[in-house]
Amino acid sequence: MTNYKINGTDLILEKNNHNLLGPITFELLNSSCIIILGQNGAGKTSFLRLLHGLDKPKSGLLTWDPYIGLEEQSFIFQSPVILKRSVLENVVYPLLLRGVSRTDSVSKAEHWLEKTSLIHKANEPALSLSGGEKQRMVIARSLICSPKLLFLDEPTVNLDGESKLTIENLLKQAINEGTKIIMATHDLGQVKRLGGDIVFLHHGKIVEIGSVALFFNKPKTDAAFKFLQGEILQ
Amino acid sequence: MSDLFDGFIQALMLIFTLDKDLYVISGRSLQVTLTATLIASLVGIPFGSWLAVSNFRFRSSIIVLINALMGLPPVVIGLLVYLLLSNSGPFGVFNLLFTPMAMIIAQFLIILPIIASVSHRTIRSLWEEYRDFFVSLNATRWQIILTLIKDARRSLVTASLAGFGRGIGEVGAIMIVGGNIDHATRVLTTAISLETSRGNFNLAMALGIILILLSITINFLIHITVKSKYEQLDDQL
Repeated sequence: MTNYKINGTDLILEKNNHNLLGPITFELLNSSCIIILGQNGAGKTSFLRLLHGLDKPKSGLLTWDPYIGLEEQSFIFQSPVILKRSVLENVVYPLLLRGVSRTDSVSKAEHWLEKTSLIHKANEPALSLSGGEKQRMVIARSLICSPKLLFLDEPTVNLDGESKLTIENLLKQAINEGTKIIMATHDLGQVKRLGGDIVFLHHGKIVEIGSVALFFNKPKTDAAFKFLQGEILQ
Repeated sequence: MSDLFDGFIQALMLIFTLDKDLYVISGRSLQVTLTATLIASLVGIPFGSWLAVSNFRFRSSIIVLINALMGLPPVVIGLLVYLLLSNSGPFGVFNLLFTPMAMIIAQFLIILPIIASVSHRTIRSLWEEYRDFFVSLNATRWQIILTLIKDARRSLVTASLAGFGRGIGEVGAIMIVGGNIDHATRVLTTAISLETSRGNFNLAMALGIILILLSITINFLIHITVKSKYEQLDDQL
């Protein structure tokens, strides 16, 4: 099990002179599953990208204790990035990039394709998969390297209930096998099913941090309360 | 209209009677242009790809320069190569002027900007799609370039074919550096030019038709060769 602590102090993220996030100060502690919650445009994706290092803050300090290198992290995007290759070639790609032999990579990929019920499509072009299958393939591609930390940006948005459940089960398995997850979502049902801790964002600011149970039972802020009531936040 | 029809009949006659001169000239045209295209692809595709994924101070200026070079008149390139390869030029010692090698060098310089520019545009658009994924994987620049080239191979072949098309039909530069010497540097385009100036329009037209057929056949064969399972799907999507 990996233990980690991420501290952010007065972090600000901007793009084209437009404030996307912050200033935010936080401490993320070693939870097996941290959910970044908030309505559309709250800054969830920006927060994930900042933590993973895809975007650099304009100011502020981000520290890891201990630092988990990029090679031990993985990121699943809301719109999955699909290489224009077969399903198998997509899944082996991160291993080949890290110098693992082709034989070992293929055998590991086949194991993950079995796990994600995609083995029968191994040689199909990845772009021909359905939305749910694509997301499962991307999860297999991310987990094949056994990352210590997995970031997911709304991985089940636009998916049907069954696909959602399959993906959540895969994530639960990954958590049981020691992978820590930080995931953005605005699906309250999913938050309840996956549990863990919550970072609630509103207008690019962290409004609440705490356990899922506490957040649902005793929201501390008006914004969180309204969000839980299903109201649209202004 | 009758020149066109007679030319077509004569083209068929030349092809089916296995006219030796025709095959030698056509073979040389292919040898020169395919070699120039191959070398320009080996240089232009990696360079265009590197340019697509790099960020440095004069990147935009280099892109503008390459695009400008695409429109450079071939005859000027021919003159430049002539001056470089002539006895008084810096490479005169190699005795390359009026040889197929000089023609390959001239065509390489004409084709290179086309292949580099089209490759840059193709790879750039794929790079924008893949960028975050590569950053997340901490991939090195060369790993990124190789992946992009592999995934964009069909469009890159089209870039090479565009270069081939420009080269096979080129006459000004290779006339200057090759000299249109019979059984040495004569190719289809220079032969057409010569026969037209002699008033042999039927033969010139026949050679023109053969040039077009050759160009279409090569394009077709290369497209068939590179068409993989994925690319067949790409056509359907």
